[in-house]
Amino acid sequence: MGKYYHPIEIRTELCNGRMKCMRICPTRAIRVKQGKARIIGELCIDCGACINACPSGAIVALTDPFASSMNFKYKVAMPSPVLFSQFRPEADPRKVVQGLKKIGFDYVCDVSDACEEVSIAIEEYISGYKGRLPLISQLCPAVVRLIQVKYPDLTELVAPFEVPREIAARDMKQKLSKELGVALEDIGVIYITTCAAKMVSIKQPAEKEKSWIDGAVSIADVFGPLFAAVSDIKDEDVDQEALEGFRFSAGWSMLGEMTRLVGSEHSISVSGLSDVTQILDDIENSRLRDVEFVEPMSCMGGCIGGALVVENMYVARSSTHNLLRKYGSKFKANREEVVGKYREGHYSLEGELAPRPLRPLDPDLAKAIEKKKQKDTIYDSLPKIDCGCCGAPTCQAFAEDIVRGTAKLEDCIIREVDKDG
Amino acid sequence: MNDDVLFSKEFSVVGKDFSNAGTVSTEIKAILKEIGFDRLIVRRAAIACYEAEMNVVMYAKHAVVRLSATPTSVKIEFQDEGPGIADVDLALQEGWSTATPEMREMGFGAGMGLPNIKRNADDFDINSEVGKGTHLIFTIHADGENG
Repeated sequence: MGKYYHPIEIRTELCNGRMKCMRICPTRAIRVKQGKARIIGELCIDCGACINACPSGAIVALTDPFASSMNFKYKVAMPSPVLFSQFRPEADPRKVVQGLKKIGFDYVCDVSDACEEVSIAIEEYISGYKGRLPLISQLCPAVVRLIQVKYPDLTELVAPFEVPREIAARDMKQKLSKELGVALEDIGVIYITTCAAKMVSIKQPAEKEKSWIDGAVSIADVFGPLFAAVSDIKDEDVDQEALEGFRFSAGWSMLGEMTRLVGSEHSISVSGLSDVTQILDDIENSRLRDVEFVEPMSCMGGCIGGALVVENMYVARSSTHNLLRKYGSKFKANREEVVGKYREGHYSLEGELAPRPLRPLDPDLAKAIEKKKQKDTIYDSLPKIDCGCCGAPTCQAFAEDIVRGTAKLEDCIIREVDKDG
Repeated sequence: MNDDVLFSKEFSVVGKDFSNAGTVSTEIKAILKEIGFDRLIVRRAAIACYEAEMNVVMYAKHAVVRLSATPTSVKIEFQDEGPGIADVDLALQEGWSTATPEMREMGFGAGMGLPNIKRNADDFDINSEVGKGTHLIFTIHADGENG
């Protein structure tokens, strides 16, 4: 394994080399050699696009198995707010919380309150901010990694705040440890995740030593047992008191919710990596300097469109709106209190986010220029049809692989055929 | 250090083609990143280039853009066919602009273009002839080190 942890694995025995993953990968991190796909770790940003694209189910997210989350003395479930949108017919969110306890968790920690609090903190930060604009949301780990890798100069624009799940996990652990008189290590916070990227941010945070969260299980893995448990709960059995003040709000689960809560008049919400890339290019060209805040999400529609959910994104969106109408409660956070905590650094990023630029063509600038010229010459000689038969996703990527010494010109069969014909 | 090592490429920008505005800057930026120039150099080049490209899109008919990169410098040239600039000194003052209300509505015309190019460049040269066009050359120095 390389320098970076990746929660995505290709089960080589299942891969039959159909190249769907290679074509969809937004950072061109996949090559197919001898009929088998492999991931170039340095380029992978853990977005998970390949997982859904694979027709053979050969690409899997290495989330924790559900059973392993039960190893802690005190088990805390922290569901992504997306979990509540996955039930058909819609389930009372309070029953979902109760259901999580029935399947083995001792506590349930909701992240929506932390979403509201961090939104206020960001709003406060923006109002006093005089630096380079726009600021970029820190929420989506795949986008943060895309920025570190491909837009290193924009790393400094990422809002220097912890994500709500980290803040909620830290607050919950400290509270429980005090109340129960137990060590922090005895409390395990398990995130119920929509995507593999959050798994990385838990196993290998981009900016600090250790996450406050101890593991991640996917919504898809937990849904079976949870659905059965929730279906068994009768309306009269909903115990509001046992829910410890839980109230439903969708947090930042849908694209646009974050900018809405932050309340900036000049903001952009964008999802899907190709559109995100366009916006990041615009930011680099300084075209968006009148925009204060950008919310870029790797998955289409936001977290609700994640790769590890069970429900279609559009259906889940509709359910979320229905749930908000029926059970949603208003903004709960106390603004003054949050601003006070913000000033004390309660929401600040615990470490510093550093760029992680790609390996240049050559460490020596003069040699790198030579290699760039070679690459362009090779590219000019290629058919430019991006057929993928060489095992690289595009002729551009192939030309680069040749210059870097990981592919040979003869691998291009179109060129070979033309030569013979 | 070898300054004979030169990467050069030509691009073309079409006036009033707003749907493709910015693509040349993005392409040049991608080349500089790929070679591995320091990210501050890439940032300055991208900003200056984007401003120059937008000037062409808004005012000129057409322009040829030439990128010349060596280990110690990034030089970008914009040669356009267009109305030219009557008073270059005035155009270099911040806030001065001849943008139409439509251009301003699109977020341009704050009078930041040329001054912004000059601010981001180490060397800056402009020649303009009214009725013919403008020739703009700007260079950003690099230290020869890979960023």
